Amino acid sequence: MSTAPAPPSSVPDRRPILKMTGVSKRFPGVLALEDVHLEVRQSEIHALLGENGAGKSTLLKVLSGAHSADAGAIELFGEPVAFATPHDAQRAGVVTIYQEFTLAPDMTIAENVFIGREPGSRLFVSWRRLAEETKAITDKIGLKRDPMTPVRDLSVAEQQLVEIARALSMRSRLIVMDEPTSALSEAEVANLARIIGTLKAEGLSIIFVTHRLEEVFRLCDRYTVLRDGRYVGSGRVADATAAQIIRMMVGRDVGALYGERPIPEHGPVALEVEGLTRRRTARDPHAIELVDVSLRAHKGEILGLAGLVGAGRTETARAIFGADKFDRAAIRVDGQPVSFAGPRDAMMHGIGLVPEDRKKQALFLRLAVRTNLTIAAQDQISQGWFIDERREDRLVDEFRRLLNIRMASPNQAAGDLSGGNQQKVVLARWLALRPKILIVDEPTRGIDVGSKVEVHNLLIEMAKSGIAVIVISSELPEILAVSDRIITMREGRVTGEIARSDATQEILMAMMTAHEGAADRDASAQ
Amino acid sequence: MTEARVADAGERKGFDVFGFVARFAPTLFLIALMALFALIEPRFLSSINLFNVMRQVSITGLLAVGMTFVILTAGIDLSVGSLLAFAGLVSGAVAKGGLEYRFTVGEGGVGYGWGLAALAAIAVGLAGGYLQGLAITRLKVPPFVVTLGGMSAFRGAALLFAAGGPISGFEPSFAWWGQGKIGPVPIPVIIFLAAAVLAHITLRYTRYGRQVYAVGGNPEAARLSGLNVNRILTSVYVIMGFFAGLGSFVLAARLNSAEAVAGTGYELTVIASVVIGGTSLFGGSGTIFGTVVGTILIGVLLNGLVLMNVSSYVQQIIIGVIIVLAVAFDTFAKSRRRKA
Repeated sequence: MSTAPAPPSSVPDRRPILKMTGVSKRFPGVLALEDVHLEVRQSEIHALLGENGAGKSTLLKVLSGAHSADAGAIELFGEPVAFATPHDAQRAGVVTIYQEFTLAPDMTIAENVFIGREPGSRLFVSWRRLAEETKAITDKIGLKRDPMTPVRDLSVAEQQLVEIARALSMRSRLIVMDEPTSALSEAEVANLARIIGTLKAEGLSIIFVTHRLEEVFRLCDRYTVLRDGRYVGSGRVADATAAQIIRMMVGRDVGALYGERPIPEHGPVALEVEGLTRRRTARDPHAIELVDVSLRAHKGEILGLAGLVGAGRTETARAIFGADKFDRAAIRVDGQPVSFAGPRDAMMHGIGLVPEDRKKQALFLRLAVRTNLTIAAQDQISQGWFIDERREDRLVDEFRRLLNIRMASPNQAAGDLSGGNQQKVVLARWLALRPKILIVDEPTRGIDVGSKVEVHNLLIEMAKSGIAVIVISSELPEILAVSDRIITMREGRVTGEIARSDATQEILMAMMTAHEGAADRDASAQ
Repeated sequence: MTEARVADAGERKGFDVFGFVARFAPTLFLIALMALFALIEPRFLSSINLFNVMRQVSITGLLAVGMTFVILTAGIDLSVGSLLAFAGLVSGAVAKGGLEYRFTVGEGGVGYGWGLAALAAIAVGLAGGYLQGLAITRLKVPPFVVTLGGMSAFRGAALLFAAGGPISGFEPSFAWWGQGKIGPVPIPVIIFLAAAVLAHITLRYTRYGRQVYAVGGNPEAARLSGLNVNRILTSVYVIMGFFAGLGSFVLAARLNSAEAVAGTGYELTVIASVVIGGTSLFGGSGTIFGTVVGTILIGVLLNGLVLMNVSSYVQQIIIGVIIVLAVAFDTFAKSRRRKA
């Protein structure tokens, strides 16, 4: 595919507020960006797309002043600019909201919004004005919280709104959002979409980075695709199809992203959970409660666990795995009652858990890939107290090939791998133990389209080999793509069960939200 | 996002100068420092002086080897100096034949021999470390606070035990462990280097070593991978205690005396040795090799400054500045590599 050098032709009615042309950025040994263009117009939501490693983050860092470009020009409102620091960019009206928030958790919403720019005299902060001015902004974006609430007490979605409030308080004209939806539930995404729509109506422009194509079609006006650090093309979303955009992103056809697959025969029940209940305690008043959760997973099938963020899916998985305490449950593995004091016990019974947050809960980012892959399987590669590195190399190599893990060497730090390859290393850690039951929480969060398909195929292969696989995902297309049977949860309760062949996104959404007429919270969020 | 590609490319392009310098910075600095001292003061390079340096650092070096385990788990142990003093007194009392003979002047009492004395020192160290490990893992008190408490408590125990006077005048077989030599090499140096080799092998080649790095790198991931995090955390304080006990025995032997004020301020030198050697205070990264280099570096620096007649007050200032610079350089080099 050619690298379509020409920037898109402009539509006369909306003038471009940002024009990046011919931007190149070289890091020692690698050209991260080569002759990249990006044009964002007034009142537009612009999707910046590309696989991991395509150069999106580098481009945004150049825009926000975190990196300086080696070549190329940036024009903001028709004026050439070059930001030396993120602070310069913010003063010029360009604010970036990163995936990992930059909020101070123990400070209040108001303090976070106006951090470093608190209203008041030179020496003293006027708390009254701080609260009032914050309230004016948070009301506008639908954050219904007292400005004096500590950020620690907010949900992820609410914290994101605080970030947006901060951007608005700086009178920004262009807000850059790096994967804003990756940690949000469907309802929260809908809420965010509404807010973004309001901002757009007020004349702000937004650069929106996402891995979820359906969001591009739902939210965005135009798109720009990067691949391997180069500009591939851009255009109006309304004129594009998902297949076209995927082809631009990966440079090849990814087949049918979510193809047809026969539902396999049910094997015997591998895992049975009955009446799993966990109450809040005084020590942990924000904990998500579980009420009488029951489920069964069969050998050779993929059980999907769907629900909004906070529905109790992750908590159910962690309780089964022995990672969190609970009040009551009967758990049977292969028909035998079990009780686990910790993850180690669960592992002895053949249960594995790929946790939700790869970087915080699964990986040792600074340690070698080999340690990451074999840390749970030391029995297989040891001679007494010592690790036999040749046996370890063989094990690592076996899984490198089996899972197509792309790494420079087994001694490379896990943190240097791409998201997709990191996830494969975590999957390999568990596969090396030959589990009977594998729970995978958010298998593809934050990984690119190509790797996503690979991970999905891996999950399917695992089930075929006789493992009972339980997949938790906030992305309904993913649940529909891999599950054979789907259980929905809401507010710590199981709300239904459905075969994949009978399920659609709409049906699942209804099962996840409508329960005992308690759907008002989500209805208001929509 | 770009990091993955960058790392791949970095791997391909061959020799990474910056990575090499960052990795061996303490070693390169040590070599440069030795060259500088050798130029200014030729006496520095005499074998007598070099063995002297090694002998001087061997006690804090032993402690630094233990401290490396602790710091690899993102912990800290401030109690080492105090625990060393207490263990040394107990060891001395055993060598003298029991509590009631501890102030017998000269070689009067019927002692229990150096073997039991050494065991007693190590036992006290192990027990002290275990207690602190339990407080850290069971009571969930941060290591800094637990060992700050230990620093005070063990010093108090030592002062109580000593009741005002040092325990001194040991048998020659006891003193040999601090004053003897094999060929030209002082015994404490041999003990220090043997301990370093053993610790290196443990961290580099055993299952336990991997587990220490894993727990230090990400305790939650370690727990979810089935490791017994509390047991590993406790164990590093026990190992630290072992080296405090062993160190106390060697120190008592070298000085032919155990005192309640022994080891005062050692915690700073020991932590500095480990940190200058490149071990991250955030856990999960560091080597025994680095710690040995860091230990020797401090010894060489002090020795060279003494030879150059720099006052001990100025020496303290220089050591302080070097600690900060070493960590600053480490941080700088790592961020450069990450971007490069």
